[in-house]
Amino acid sequence: MKSFIRVAGMAVLVMQAWALPSAQAAAPADKLVVGVAIPTATHSFTSGIVWWANQAKAELEKAHPGVKIIVKTAATAPEQANQLQDMLTVNKINTLVIFPIESASLTQPVAQVKNKGVYVTVVDRGLTNTQSQDAYIAGDNTAFGKLPAEYLAKSLNGKGNIVVLRGMPTTLDNERFDAFSGVMKGHPEIKVLDAKYGNWNRDDAFKVMQDYLTRFKHIDAVWAADDDMAIGVQKAIAQAKRTDIKQVFGGAGAKGAVKKIMDGSDPQIVADVSYSPKFMYDAIKLTTEARLKGEKLPANTIIPSVLITRENAKQFYFPNSPF
Amino acid sequence: MQPARTDTTVSTGATGASIARLGARIKGFGPVLGLLALCIAGTLLNGDFATLDNLMNVLTRTAFIGIIAVGMTFVIISGGIDLSVGSMAALIAGCMIYFMNALAQGAGGNLAPITMLVLGIAMALVLGAGFGLMHGLLISKGNIEPFIVTLGTLGIFRAVLTYLADGGALTLDATLSELYSPVYYTSVLGAPIPIWIFLFVAAAGAIILNRTTFGRHVQAIGSNEQVARYAAINVDKVKIATYMLLGICVGIATVLYVPRLGSATPTTGLLWELEAIAAVVVGGTALKGGEGRIVGTVIGAILLSVISNILNLTSIISVYLNAAVQGVVIIAVAFLQRGRK
Repeated sequence: MKSFIRVAGMAVLVMQAWALPSAQAAAPADKLVVGVAIPTATHSFTSGIVWWANQAKAELEKAHPGVKIIVKTAATAPEQANQLQDMLTVNKINTLVIFPIESASLTQPVAQVKNKGVYVTVVDRGLTNTQSQDAYIAGDNTAFGKLPAEYLAKSLNGKGNIVVLRGMPTTLDNERFDAFSGVMKGHPEIKVLDAKYGNWNRDDAFKVMQDYLTRFKHIDAVWAADDDMAIGVQKAIAQAKRTDIKQVFGGAGAKGAVKKIMDGSDPQIVADVSYSPKFMYDAIKLTTEARLKGEKLPANTIIPSVLITRENAKQFYFPNSPF
Repeated sequence: MQPARTDTTVSTGATGASIARLGARIKGFGPVLGLLALCIAGTLLNGDFATLDNLMNVLTRTAFIGIIAVGMTFVIISGGIDLSVGSMAALIAGCMIYFMNALAQGAGGNLAPITMLVLGIAMALVLGAGFGLMHGLLISKGNIEPFIVTLGTLGIFRAVLTYLADGGALTLDATLSELYSPVYYTSVLGAPIPIWIFLFVAAAGAIILNRTTFGRHVQAIGSNEQVARYAAINVDKVKIATYMLLGICVGIATVLYVPRLGSATPTTGLLWELEAIAAVVVGGTALKGGEGRIVGTVIGAILLSVISNILNLTSIISVYLNAAVQGVVIIAVAFLQRGRK
């Protein structure tokens, strides 16, 4: 593989001598071929990503006849790297919108695509070398941790016990957790009892919460950090018949959670923080439209994470999305 | 694997033999000793570990993997393997929910909710048996390696579930969910239902393995398939039966799993196959087949749950190292019973 990359890298250098047309020129609609590389739907968030990508494809191909959008899903980083090569050689893409499965391992493959004159927009998980991209569009992981912390601190009046569930050991998860902990440092009377990984998975969250309930006799609130995990957490609380927990704060704005907030049907679920897979749709749309006009996107676009409460929940409810 | 070594050089007749037997027996207790050591460690680290509630939580959680591992013990003893059980559980859960929702939305006419539930449960068991039959036929009649067949179906089952669920979650109709959830959450005689089912499945498994002709045939095939054929054992039939038995176990585990959260997602049952295989091997069954014990498997499954439970009850070890602790314990327990054939 290594030697293959090296040969491919050399080939890229040789190709560059032919100086491909600049990626920044306006592309007529019938010449625009957009490759979209995203992760396979393995849990509700990624299934949301897939759904929104297909939404964008349907809408944009209808609005701009001639534009071709090719959506490919991959389960692993090597598979995604192979797809990039296929899109380049078989589909002849001149624009790429990629949600990298892993930051580090896709930096090189994406760089090679960019060196062939393809315009590259990276979504959500940044590459380790920003030279390999033209634009970066992401959700706001800092706000994802900061907003729940502020909300919980306020609703507990700055005093109480919180347990935390984390996702998977990733930089994105660290960013969220650090932001949450940062806010809590300013509230010395709030104790964060522990933080364990629930892997963004209902079943694992159920187990972790069961054990928290065994271990801690008084918990005021849970930061479940994900709406799927919040489901498992609530089941464990109901099973233990505990009444001390006033709030379970999820995250990402899954439709089930948003509906609960809208209807006010669940006293434990009163707020959420948005991190909608809809940014995939935004990224494809922004990129395609900019390319049609021959414009460049800003180097960084952050799609803000917003606090969802009963007042604004309606704007975040997409009943047709799987997420 | 070498034959059991004993720490004695005495070989004078009966005493030597009995010491050798004793040595082998102590090694057979490896998983039990490991579990005891873990429980003592857990209690020392956190007094809440030894409470009845915690014990019940751990055993109820173990029930899914434990029931699957009982079936897996038969497959591994016969010299096979099944990598698809986690995906199979997910697909069966998905089909069950899909089917019961369809009934609830009027496809079943005016059935009583309890009838829909019974039909759903029956379907889970039939599907499990059917998938097992398919594996068994491909492996025995099709003469394909079990590793390959079940690696293939691992992908197929999960992909079909993801397709059924549109990549999201399949959630059981609220009325049925209400009716069904006691299956997981209710206690009978002080223990939740899944624990009783787990005990029943394990007891049935032990009786079938040790007290029936079929059980002896399973062991014979695993020891030496050629010899078993010469001894007029219908090898294909026995193999198919072991995979069907495992499929039914997966069905039973799924029947207990669905009422817990009332939904199936593409991450349901992820890595269950490895946990089940680990429980079997930690419990003293040889991965190459021929010999194994159901009781060992049960202890193995409990041991694996206890490790993660203890890790959740303490914050001494960095969360990043949880998997490493589990790995060390698994290897340590295997070390305690090395040398058994």
